[in-house]
Amino acid sequence: MAGLTGRMSTVVKAKVSKLLDRAEDPAETLDYSYSKQLEQLQNVKKGIADVVTAKKRLQMQESTLQQQVVKLDTQARQAVAGGKEDLARMALERKNVAQTELQSLDTQVAELEAQQQKLTDSEQKLRAKIEAFRTKKEVIKAQYSAAEAQVRISEAATGVGEEMADVGLAMQRAVDKTENMKARADAVQELETAGAFDDITAIGPGEDDIDKQLKELSSTSAVDDELAKMKGELGPGGAAASPPGLGAGGAGDAQGSPAEPPPASSEEHSS
Amino acid sequence: MIVRVSGEGQYRLDHTNGELHQLDNAVVSAVEAGDEGGFRSAYDALLAFVRSSGEPLAEDELTGSDLILPPPDLSLEEAAREFHGEGLIPD
Repeated sequence: MAGLTGRMSTVVKAKVSKLLDRAEDPAETLDYSYSKQLEQLQNVKKGIADVVTAKKRLQMQESTLQQQVVKLDTQARQAVAGGKEDLARMALERKNVAQTELQSLDTQVAELEAQQQKLTDSEQKLRAKIEAFRTKKEVIKAQYSAAEAQVRISEAATGVGEEMADVGLAMQRAVDKTENMKARADAVQELETAGAFDDITAIGPGEDDIDKQLKELSSTSAVDDELAKMKGELGPGGAAASPPGLGAGGAGDAQGSPAEPPPASSEEHSS
Repeated sequence: MIVRVSGEGQYRLDHTNGELHQLDNAVVSAVEAGDEGGFRSAYDALLAFVRSSGEPLAEDELTGSDLILPPPDLSLEEAAREFHGEGLIPD
């Protein structure tokens, strides 16, 4: 058959027979083939470990980003409470970026999970074939004449050789996917190391400024902020949704009467 | 005949050469046309046919396959490479 299946079959068969051609003596073929199989099994285990490592790395980045989201959310609430609409908007924008990044990490982790599962399945299959080969190998050595042994060896070795080629393909695909993700993870890591993540989170200029101003807000009036945060939690939607123009008035009110529900602010919400 | 689906396992199929051939041709046409959607459905149909009309081989059965199908998650790009390049199997 020519098509896609034919092409694939030809390539695999060529690789398998290349593997078998290396030894002439039947007993030697058996032992050589068996040692190759064990080697391949080790490779698969290493491949699985690589995928797990890559997955763990992404999961660590996920938890960092989750902390960022919480932090930015808090900052946004602080800014809203302090009437700093622009700052709140910035913080929410960064939070949005971090959340988008989180979603993409989620997808990648799920994909690596699937790769890990596939490789684990492949490993089990290969292990079963190798075990069958080991049993057969001893039988062939003990019971058959050289000519007959050759035929049976070739049959058994082709079966297991194919499984090895198959596992090799599964591994390569897993490695390709993992490499792609590593590159991406490295890029994210670089951003983080460069301080951009407190900041990716912070796109555009003036990011330091914002952090500073937010810090000022929290340090100058820690108690006020705590109250404001609570107020924000009670009605964050309304406060965040109010247009920028109303923000300045809200700020004055919030600072003027931190312990009381701000009357002016309530009017804004109801209007 | 024995058909292997890469990354999945081997199946024993009887008297289905003609159908397989047709399904395979449909895949090839889609690849040549660069038709992503057509390729996906044609290849899925080929895989579904093998799975439904074949009987899975036991895990400890040591038999070479008559036909080997690429992995089910094969992309159109990979399929094209399978025809015109190095192919999928690493050295």
